[in-house]
Amino acid sequence: MEIPYTVSPRPDTGLFNAKVGIWLFLASEVMLFGALFSSYILLRVGATAWPHGLLNVPIGTFNTAVLITSSITMVLAWANMKMGNPGRSRLYLGITVLCGFAFLGVKSKEYYDKFVHYEVRLVDGTVMDGHIKPSPDFKINKFKAESGTIVVEAENVLKANPGESMADAKDRLPAKERYHHGHEEREVKASDIRWISNYTPKHSPYFAIYFTLTGLHALHVFGGMIVLGYFWFQNRTMGRTQTERYTNRLEVGGLFWHFVDLVWIFLFPVLYLL
Amino acid sequence: MEASSHAAHLHDVHEAHHEHEMSFWQKYIFSTDHKVIGVQYGVTALLFLLFGFSLMMMMRWQLAYPQQPIPVVGGLLQKMLGAEMVADKILENGAKIPGVMSADLYNAFGAMHGTIMVFLAIVPLAFAAFGNLIVPLQIGAVDMAFPRVNMVSYQSYFIGGAIMLASFFVPGGAARSGWTSYSPLATLADRSHLFNGQTFWIIGMVFLITSSLLGAVNFIATIIQLRAPGMTWMRLPFFVWAQFVTAFLLLLAFPPLEAAAVMQLADNLVGTSFFLPSGLVVSGTPVPVSGGGSPLLWQHLFWFLGHPEVYVLILPGMGMVAEIIANNTRKPIWGYKSLVYSVLAIGFLSFIVWAHHMYLTGMGTKISTFFQTTTMIISIPSVIILTCLFISLWGGSIRFNTPMLFSLAFLPMFGIGGLTGLPLGFNFSDLHLHDTYYVIAHFHYVVAPGTIFALFAGIYYWYPKVTGRFMSEFWGKVHFWLSLIFMNLIFQPMFAQGMAGLNRRMADGGATYAESDSVIGFAPAILKANVGISHAAWLLGVAQLPFIINFFVSIAKGRRVESDNPWGATTLEWQTPTPPPHGNFTKPIEVHRGPYEYSVPGHAADFTPQNAPESLHKA
Repeated sequence: MEIPYTVSPRPDTGLFNAKVGIWLFLASEVMLFGALFSSYILLRVGATAWPHGLLNVPIGTFNTAVLITSSITMVLAWANMKMGNPGRSRLYLGITVLCGFAFLGVKSKEYYDKFVHYEVRLVDGTVMDGHIKPSPDFKINKFKAESGTIVVEAENVLKANPGESMADAKDRLPAKERYHHGHEEREVKASDIRWISNYTPKHSPYFAIYFTLTGLHALHVFGGMIVLGYFWFQNRTMGRTQTERYTNRLEVGGLFWHFVDLVWIFLFPVLYLL
Repeated sequence: MEASSHAAHLHDVHEAHHEHEMSFWQKYIFSTDHKVIGVQYGVTALLFLLFGFSLMMMMRWQLAYPQQPIPVVGGLLQKMLGAEMVADKILENGAKIPGVMSADLYNAFGAMHGTIMVFLAIVPLAFAAFGNLIVPLQIGAVDMAFPRVNMVSYQSYFIGGAIMLASFFVPGGAARSGWTSYSPLATLADRSHLFNGQTFWIIGMVFLITSSLLGAVNFIATIIQLRAPGMTWMRLPFFVWAQFVTAFLLLLAFPPLEAAAVMQLADNLVGTSFFLPSGLVVSGTPVPVSGGGSPLLWQHLFWFLGHPEVYVLILPGMGMVAEIIANNTRKPIWGYKSLVYSVLAIGFLSFIVWAHHMYLTGMGTKISTFFQTTTMIISIPSVIILTCLFISLWGGSIRFNTPMLFSLAFLPMFGIGGLTGLPLGFNFSDLHLHDTYYVIAHFHYVVAPGTIFALFAGIYYWYPKVTGRFMSEFWGKVHFWLSLIFMNLIFQPMFAQGMAGLNRRMADGGATYAESDSVIGFAPAILKANVGISHAAWLLGVAQLPFIINFFVSIAKGRRVESDNPWGATTLEWQTPTPPPHGNFTKPIEVHRGPYEYSVPGHAADFTPQNAPESLHKA
């Protein structure tokens, strides 16, 4: 038994099976990310204040460029198969996967920077953000510091109303009322802290949706790298013996890769710029 | 080269002996054959159907006799789930009788009954089992487009089901926030356990969603790509159209729930506040979360799936009923094109009606008006389909066999379910009926005597194709009449209960309402109806015994089919050997005509198979 149209296209639809499959899969992916983007809109519209400027735009721009480059090399890998240059195809496919590594590497660094960055709200209404010096006293349980004193290397210090968040205060206060020091070291007693959290998903709906969107996207990049990496090895075997079938595979894998790239093209302005 | 050609030769030899060499595991457990996968889906889903129904039979005891120990299974239930969930009843003489259902357990059973029935029983049975068994055969394909994806789809469903079942035994018990898992309730219901029933529910759902997505991609690709030569779109049997639209609904409606599931999982495990508003206080203590989330967001995402899901539940049933009616009236379906366009219209419209489940959330009158309007519009194609099926009966000489009886009963039962939905679609009448037993009666009329009757019809109708034997007609008719009577005895009184204002989610069946009779003001008969309904539910359970026995005994003892086409049907699944071999068709198949050429004037037989050659017309 052989299933028809696995390699050659069906005449009336002009498509081979996997191409129909991948487009349908991408349609469901559009709905998946669409739901998350809609959630982003709903959360942002419903928020009292939405944080700005917490993400590093130049780094984000660099990552955007990396992904666009990878999309170009992906097309070149496929086109070179079509033109009968499997060797060059292999090279371009390799570059595509390396771009994926670069993207994820940069993204990990960005995540790490957020994990070590804290927002501290004091009982008297002062809010500050920055790194916290390592200390044995320092332990957080449910937005409360446990005991002792911590040293905050504060980047911003604002006088807000008690209970207000950094974003709330920034939204409300005129610019001149904000301190902005390089690294002002502040000693804070745990008992003075009303609320403390690093920039992790639990910090706020902003970081929750940021990490969910970019995390899911990073998973997609990772999945794409595994598949394309597998194709890179197959180039020497199936790529030489069953060229048409292998080229179809590259096309299908490439469609997925372009989709993942496209998602980032939406993610970047939505999260970094708006 | 030498070695590789030798290997290739060996491979060919292996292929030739493929059928004989496959081990039990390859043939029945890790099979890629669509028919085997269809049977796997079918049997698993029927078991879940029985299990989901058993949960309800226990809940019906609690509703009829609150705080009384459940007879027969009470002790076993306590042993399995612990004394915290199932307490003892202490008699006056000090004797203890185990089996009193706690409110938590009632809620868990309620949530899991809905989840199991929708996601583990009806959808896998209607869409995946019948779709796998019938669709490739009806379009003249050798198999599904992606057989291995098909296998993974079933395995994913199986794992999801196992996780759901396991959730009954985790500390704290299974999910208990309704099958809709509304936040913040779902996140706050059991904060003492991190990996609680709700977390299991979400992870189980992710597997079930994955399974549905893989299945949907596979079905659509199969129907687009693998139709036999001559099988044009307008020659597809209506069942294939129904499955095609259903697959699109699953493909596009499920991902938002997957997104929502990921977010609720984060709320439960990581401490995010996607669905948790600011200032949440539980039992007098502020909940330590950042807040700022939106409970409405969950409802939007859930019902964005939830409403198309309703059509996922009903469309395959409609498709089966259309096939069976055409076959047993011996005349073409009336208005085939209207049916096709209606089912497409339903598919599109079902994506813009979801918020009619949310009139009471305070989302605003303008939004309510929009969704009320779209809801009224979507009832038009549904009515067209039902009308076409009714008119199809006109002037036919009907064969009243078991599949046909179930199909005929489907029509008025679905009609009742559909028409009683109109007062729920208007937001002014929904304000009164929302979350009452009226809602339960409404959607159960659609799904239980509606879809499940269509599924029974399908099982009795296609059973001979799969096994080569008929199920017993006599016991089939016993099963039908008893099911019809008890279904109605269960759900009719619920309309009255609901209109009287009886809320649907009370663990004691409204016994607390009885205390405040002067406030609520409903008659004692409304609560007493619970006893009658419960008895009808248990008798409905008894009425399924003939079916279960018939189903298994007929595999070995049923009457053998005399031909490959025992019902005298036109569609392609009957033009193959019985049961169909691996690869389905013994010779290449070519389609020459539409799906319902019954009683064509001038033809010798009263049916003309789709693949019968052109020349037959002249005969």
